[in-house]
Amino acid sequence: MKRLFKLALQKPELASTLLLVLLILMFQILSGAVFLSIDNVRGVLGLLPETALVAVGVTLLMICGEFDLSVGSVFALMPMTMAVLVVAGVPFWLAVFLGLALCAFIGFVNGWITIKFDIPSFITTLGMMFMARSMTVVVSGGFPPRIKPGAVPSWIFTGFVDDGGLVRASVLWFVGIAVLISLLLAKTNFGNWVRATGGFLPAAAAMGIPSGKVKIACFMICSVLAGFAGMIQSLRLNSFLPALGEGMELQAVAAAVIGGTSLMGGVGSIIGGLIGATLIRVIDNGMVMSQIDSNWFKFAIGALTIFAVVGNAWLRRRGRAMQVETDK
Amino acid sequence: MSTPIIETRNLHKWYSGVHALKGVSLKIEKGQALGLVGDNGAGKSTLINILSGLHRQDEGQILLEGQEVDIRNPKDSMRLGIETIYQYNSMVPLMTISRNVFIGREPLKWSIGGFGILDEQKMREESVKAIADVDLHLRSPDALVGELSGGQRQGVAIARAMHFKSKVMILDEPTNHLSVKETAKVIGFVKGLKEQGVTSVFISHNMHHVFACCDRIVAMALGQIVLDKPVSETSIEEVSEKL
Ligand SMILES: Nc1ncnc2c1ncn2[C@@H]1O[C@H](COP(=O)(O)OP(=O)(O)OP(=O)(O)O)[C@@H](O)[C@H]1O
Ligand SMILES: [Mg+2]
Repeated sequence: MKRLFKLALQKPELASTLLLVLLILMFQILSGAVFLSIDNVRGVLGLLPETALVAVGVTLLMICGEFDLSVGSVFALMPMTMAVLVVAGVPFWLAVFLGLALCAFIGFVNGWITIKFDIPSFITTLGMMFMARSMTVVVSGGFPPRIKPGAVPSWIFTGFVDDGGLVRASVLWFVGIAVLISLLLAKTNFGNWVRATGGFLPAAAAMGIPSGKVKIACFMICSVLAGFAGMIQSLRLNSFLPALGEGMELQAVAAAVIGGTSLMGGVGSIIGGLIGATLIRVIDNGMVMSQIDSNWFKFAIGALTIFAVVGNAWLRRRGRAMQVETDK
Repeated sequence: MSTPIIETRNLHKWYSGVHALKGVSLKIEKGQALGLVGDNGAGKSTLINILSGLHRQDEGQILLEGQEVDIRNPKDSMRLGIETIYQYNSMVPLMTISRNVFIGREPLKWSIGGFGILDEQKMREESVKAIADVDLHLRSPDALVGELSGGQRQGVAIARAMHFKSKVMILDEPTNHLSVKETAKVIGFVKGLKEQGVTSVFISHNMHHVFACCDRIVAMALGQIVLDKPVSETSIEEVSEKL
């Protein structure tokens, strides 16, 4: 029993994985086997990488002890900027680069203001959420830009990679990036600094870790991932809308928390964030497929989030009560 | 007398109006175990935070083995061989022992520009060895520091400082909130430092602790040094009177 607790404590994503499997089975039964049909899985796999990439960035940032509420707006601003540039005649790849650079800059501003003026990132990024959303509308000039299908190599991001038309390139991009960020967090000294900074800031500072810079780097990674995800979604839909990604910021936080990331920082894993994001997508889609009134969707996510936080807090308290024994 | 390992000359520190250090000049000899005592707010932590790079002096110099040094941040201080152990501040509870030992100084298998892949094998092996060297016996370097008792935690902090071959070890109230048994253990560690030729500065409110493991007593009051004597020439009564 004690070992089970320890395992659950060290791998908080375990419980959510179990829940995920159960939910998939449940929806498969409730929907009369439609849930796992090729068509439906294709739909889920289209949307999943886009929301999960945002969750990856938000999870990393939360482990570092900060928040980003501006990801939903950046999700819209990046593709809008890119599309406007392309329409204005800028080469596609340069436009992509400039769009991502803008995201990096927004992340930098979020981080710099938060650190420099020592204010909660909740507030900084709330402000940025409105500003970036407003910029998206202004950049579009009120008329969403149109890019002719096939005019840009969007297949690199959203084309199907298998003959059956099930898996899009975005799934591969997402898996690659998620693995990279996971390794960054688990296997590099930078990852160690992120955990130390989020885990206990005074210790990180006393050991000479440049915590401010570490945080700013995480803000930048988070923004760039949100922008990249928004670009993938826009290219998949081939439409560039100023309202894209509204409400996404809180879903990303919910995904991170459901996956075991602590709101206090220092605790969490990328894989946990991914499982959280997948859970949310499965619940969303599964409810539709099972013809459950979809107005219950937000209720389900909210309840799950609270349940996850309570569960993790309980586990952590149990864990703390167990001390390591010495040999002597 | 040989060159002091650390010398401070006329250090001053103001915190927005509070004059926390008023000209502190202190010479610490190599191998000495110096006990720093003083009432709350006397300026002890301020003095050692300047040496450990958390704060900067507003005036005055610091000399290390006769050379003037500029300590701008904790990294500078550690590079000069000064290791500091704080009451709470030096460990991340939710990280493992081996990760904590190497925070900020991780051995890398492979790196570019200071960033790279951790050598986890080495971190594990060396932290086990470092912990054993201070006579602490923990089952695994993969345990979380948060699961350790307060005394064990201080033991790991000391092991970390020793591992990085510190010349000077500063301990700011390392025995606060520890049980009697754990306090005895930490005092034992401090005594062990002397045998290994490490200079130490030990801060505590408990005179008995200080007298038990130091060979020189420096007392501070209101930002100034008010007493500085070898242990053999003073007594708890005399020191207490000065505070
Ligand atoms: N970061 C700070 N900002 C403002 N004032 C400070 C700060 N740190 C210390 N002080 C003030 O400086 C003075 C000296 O404090 P210091 O912490 O050095 O005392 P101390 O001798 O370590 O006391 P204690 O035994 O309580 O730890 C006190 O008046 C304190 O209020
Ligand atoms: Mg103090």
